[in-house]
Amino acid sequence: MYNTIEQLIAEAKDKDLFTVIVENEKQIQGKTEEEIWKSLSDRWDVMYRSSHKALYSSQTMVGNLISGQASKQEDYSGGKTLCGLELNHMMSMALSSSEVNAAMGRICAAPTAGACGILPAVLQTAANHLRLSQEMIIKAMAVAAGFGAVITKNATVSGAEGGCQAECGVAAAMASAGVVYMAGGTAQACANACAITLMNCMGLVCDPVAGLVQLPCSYRNASQSMNALLSADLALAGQDPVIPCDEVIDSMFRVGKKLPMELRETALGGIAATPTGKQLAKKIYN
Amino acid sequence: MDLSIFDIVGPVMVGPSSSHTAGTAKLARIAAQIAGKNFIEVSFGLHGSLAKTGQGHGTPKALLAGAIGIYEDDEKLRDAYLYAKAKNIKYSFYEAELDDCHENTVLITFKYKNGKERNIQGSSIGGGRIVITKIDGTDTNISAECPTIMLTHKDIPGMVSEISRVLTESNINIGIMRVSRKIKGDKATTVIETDSVIPEDVASRLERISGIINACVINPAYKEVQ
Repeated sequence: MYNTIEQLIAEAKDKDLFTVIVENEKQIQGKTEEEIWKSLSDRWDVMYRSSHKALYSSQTMVGNLISGQASKQEDYSGGKTLCGLELNHMMSMALSSSEVNAAMGRICAAPTAGACGILPAVLQTAANHLRLSQEMIIKAMAVAAGFGAVITKNATVSGAEGGCQAECGVAAAMASAGVVYMAGGTAQACANACAITLMNCMGLVCDPVAGLVQLPCSYRNASQSMNALLSADLALAGQDPVIPCDEVIDSMFRVGKKLPMELRETALGGIAATPTGKQLAKKIYN
Repeated sequence: MDLSIFDIVGPVMVGPSSSHTAGTAKLARIAAQIAGKNFIEVSFGLHGSLAKTGQGHGTPKALLAGAIGIYEDDEKLRDAYLYAKAKNIKYSFYEAELDDCHENTVLITFKYKNGKERNIQGSSIGGGRIVITKIDGTDTNISAECPTIMLTHKDIPGMVSEISRVLTESNINIGIMRVSRKIKGDKATTVIETDSVIPEDVASRLERISGIINACVINPAYKEVQ
């Protein structure tokens, strides 16, 4: 039984991390491994589709603040870029899920709807790069969800409670743990990646223009996907974040609670409170 | 860890908001199951945050979609107005000031051909989870996370054993059972949560028990084969 990352890592000492998480799930849900695998696959299917749907056709939505972002990035990704094809494609996929979500399309929350672009984009990019199968993607997804469960239990994944660090930040932390597992890293390295990701976005505020899950949410999905991947590489290189993962999670929660109400999904601060942001809100609601 | 990984990776839903879109769709869907089929008109009183930011999150569409039986993970939800029109169902939305309730609360009124009206109130409490808090003015607490049976019956001895006899015959295991009443010897309400899907005929078989006034079955995640 684990309630912290430290306990999760301890249980994974002589067992595979995926097995530890699935064993726990079997116990609490009273389901077989096959049933759990089926549910994971079904959800992966939804994630995959949402991360591709807007790559070639822009979605329309209330206000259209982010309409066409994914296809624009995808068009660009094949040319002369700074981050290269793979990373640009990853950002396109993150933007795609965000666009689909905003357009009332079908997505899988991970851990929230607003952050739904990160996990699918990061898992696919790492799996493609390492030439791994879909089976490994699903295993990594379960590992990511296992980390997410501990964070949800001990902190929060609600933007209204903890800001964007709790939504996109946690999505990235989950994804980084997942791809470290995918790359064959140790359970400790997964925890390190999770900690480093959260360190990198500590204090990120939730400030959606007009209260819509669009701007800056889609860019945060793209940038936090990058955060997940680079943090995973830092951890795989053997970087030691020094501060234990559980302590980083706790500090994220404390920082979230200290954020003023204006910066927690109320659309009263940050980007939402800029003159242009306010003007857009006025236009959309009139 | 008592949290399921599927609470973290999930729900599968139509965006953009788990509370304002997916949650409200589920709320209206469960409310319609409680109120009963074949209503000709439905109105939604939006309270708090649902009234203020609901428009941007598609809350009205989601509510209407749920009321006419569209699931919260079905992209048909976007076209709820068209589907309602095709079914000849009238709908309206208004801003409501409801007392002592969650920020995301809605009062749903279903109207029927015979003039009957049913009022169901509930809240979308985050992450797509809901709670039905009032049925025709009477307080309840139904989360509809598992199959649920709601009973109104006379407050007389032997009711619980009769109810459990019917459920045993249908091989239904009772997970949670709550019996409550306002006045001794008057009417009582029993809410039963079960582990497995409840067959449709259970409601009518429960209603055959002398003393049962009304039985309602809710299977929240069970999709009828079209």
